Amino acid sequence: MSLFILRRILTLVATLIAASLIIFLVLDALPGNAAQMLMGVDASPDAVRALTVKLGLDQPLTYRYLLWIKGMMVGELGNSYVYGTPVAGLIAERLVLTVPLAIMSMLITVVLALAAGIYTAANHNKLGDVGVMSLTQVGIALPNFWFAILLILLFAVKLQWLSAGGFAGWDDGIWPGIRSLLLPSISLAVVQAAILARVTRSAVLEVLREDFVRTARAKGLGKREVLWRHVLRNAMIPVMTVMGLQFANLLAGTIVIENVFYLPGLGRLIFQSIANRDLIVVRNCVMLLAAMVVTVNFVVDVLYAFIDPRIKVANL
Amino acid sequence: MSAPLTVPADSAAIAPGASPATGFWRRALRHRSFVLGAALSLLVLGAALLSLVWTPWSAYDIDIASKLHPPSAAHWLGTDVFGRDIVSLLLVGARSTIMVGVIAVGIGLTFGVCLGLIAAARKGWTEELIMRMSDFTFAFPAVLSAIMLAAVVGPGMLTSITAIGIFQIPTFVRVTRGSANAVWAREFILAARAAGKGGFRITIEHVLPNILSILIVQATIQFALAILAEAALSYLGLGTQPPQPSWGRMLNDAQTLLFQSPMLAVYPGAAIAIAVLGLNLLGDGLRDLLDPRLARER
Repeated sequence: MSLFILRRILTLVATLIAASLIIFLVLDALPGNAAQMLMGVDASPDAVRALTVKLGLDQPLTYRYLLWIKGMMVGELGNSYVYGTPVAGLIAERLVLTVPLAIMSMLITVVLALAAGIYTAANHNKLGDVGVMSLTQVGIALPNFWFAILLILLFAVKLQWLSAGGFAGWDDGIWPGIRSLLLPSISLAVVQAAILARVTRSAVLEVLREDFVRTARAKGLGKREVLWRHVLRNAMIPVMTVMGLQFANLLAGTIVIENVFYLPGLGRLIFQSIANRDLIVVRNCVMLLAAMVVTVNFVVDVLYAFIDPRIKVANL
Repeated sequence: MSAPLTVPADSAAIAPGASPATGFWRRALRHRSFVLGAALSLLVLGAALLSLVWTPWSAYDIDIASKLHPPSAAHWLGTDVFGRDIVSLLLVGARSTIMVGVIAVGIGLTFGVCLGLIAAARKGWTEELIMRMSDFTFAFPAVLSAIMLAAVVGPGMLTSITAIGIFQIPTFVRVTRGSANAVWAREFILAARAAGKGGFRITIEHVLPNILSILIVQATIQFALAILAEAALSYLGLGTQPPQPSWGRMLNDAQTLLFQSPMLAVYPGAAIAIAVLGLNLLGDGLRDLLDPRLARER
């Protein structure tokens, strides 16, 4: 077990280093002089040189890269080129919104998908199954940002129950914050849930055909008991795999959805920084998102081994 | 680990040619999701082709005097905030969508299939290296790569095509390698080896033809994903730039006018959904038709 986890951790570290290298090369080495980019082509050479020194861009590339890596270890990410304030603080401010948004939509996704998947598998080939499966087929085809706009049209423009965007913050208690994240998380969740529901359904159907299910039925367990006690646990592996993969989509989705609802999260920060040519902020945000994706997939890999001991043996 | 919406990788390709082409079409026309998917896909393709020779109005001419007209005999779906005809914009938008999709999937297919075939043929550390690299690419969703590229070289169609193309590669690598490995284990490969063929010839003459149907199915589904990604990137302003019409861009424009002209936000999204739904159904249908052993429970 420990050997399996050790191997996984080494892969994780190697992946993170590779990701940081690529991000650094694309966002720091490739653009040439960031100071020139910030000040525009008309800036005087002296001013550009002064800014280059001030931002530390006159140091050699390897030194800057290692400085960045060291900074990430201790949470010192440098200062924003534009605001002059620490990047770590800027990001932390925005995570207060993006992390709850991602968690809420993942929760809604899982609840919707498991309910729909188990229901359709239990009613295989009946009317409810066909109906829900057709709905998921449509759900997969919806662009999440369009679904978000439709939700705004219905709940903000037509019914006027919720606001069309913006974030209430967490200062007035938890409820106003959750309320303003409700539509965004639903619009992120519905499309993901449609995919996950199909995976859940076929996984449950697969397990239902296994011999041990027949044995459990034969020894007198009811359909319901077999489903909940024996089938679900065994069907969870493919479901978790897809959930792990979906997390990357979910984070990419939050970037889009934050822009639909004008939410001041990480996604908006990235876009403002692109517009401002604030490459140091873009670099750290992209690294953070990539690291989240890699880490979640690592956790999923390790969790499998706990759910299904056969995997760790096969992967040693 | 397999990505969502992928063909099970371990399944080998179609049973060699028992039924002639006519049999395929007879079965195809009876297959509900294939027929519906093909019809929707042809609708989008037809719209794109039509836009090359004819649109009701110009999709580029700005006519502020007739802005935000409701649907009428002259403008079937009305006009946008610049007075451009919505139907014409939708038709030309189909062209942008298909172009980005075809090039991006082409990039993914070319690189992904080559790398996948090499991994299956060479095994050992080559395979390990290719698979680790493709796992790694999964950490960069198209939006992230597009953001990096846009920050450096600026937004545009090329940025979005590159970003989506790169994101397509790992899926094709996995699918190709998985199904190619299954073919490599078959007996006729052993026979070809005994006949003195090398790895390259076996790959081209035996492996590739046998996994072709799986690749076609996967390419159809990846096309749908590329359309979704293109729409999102254009919506964010990272993809197709004005004045070139695109469905994602139209949604962005429409969002500022939700209270005045809500319908403007409905048409482009419906167009995207139709295209994606059509391709997904087509992919499902092709999977059932090309490989009966893959047919799923319905």
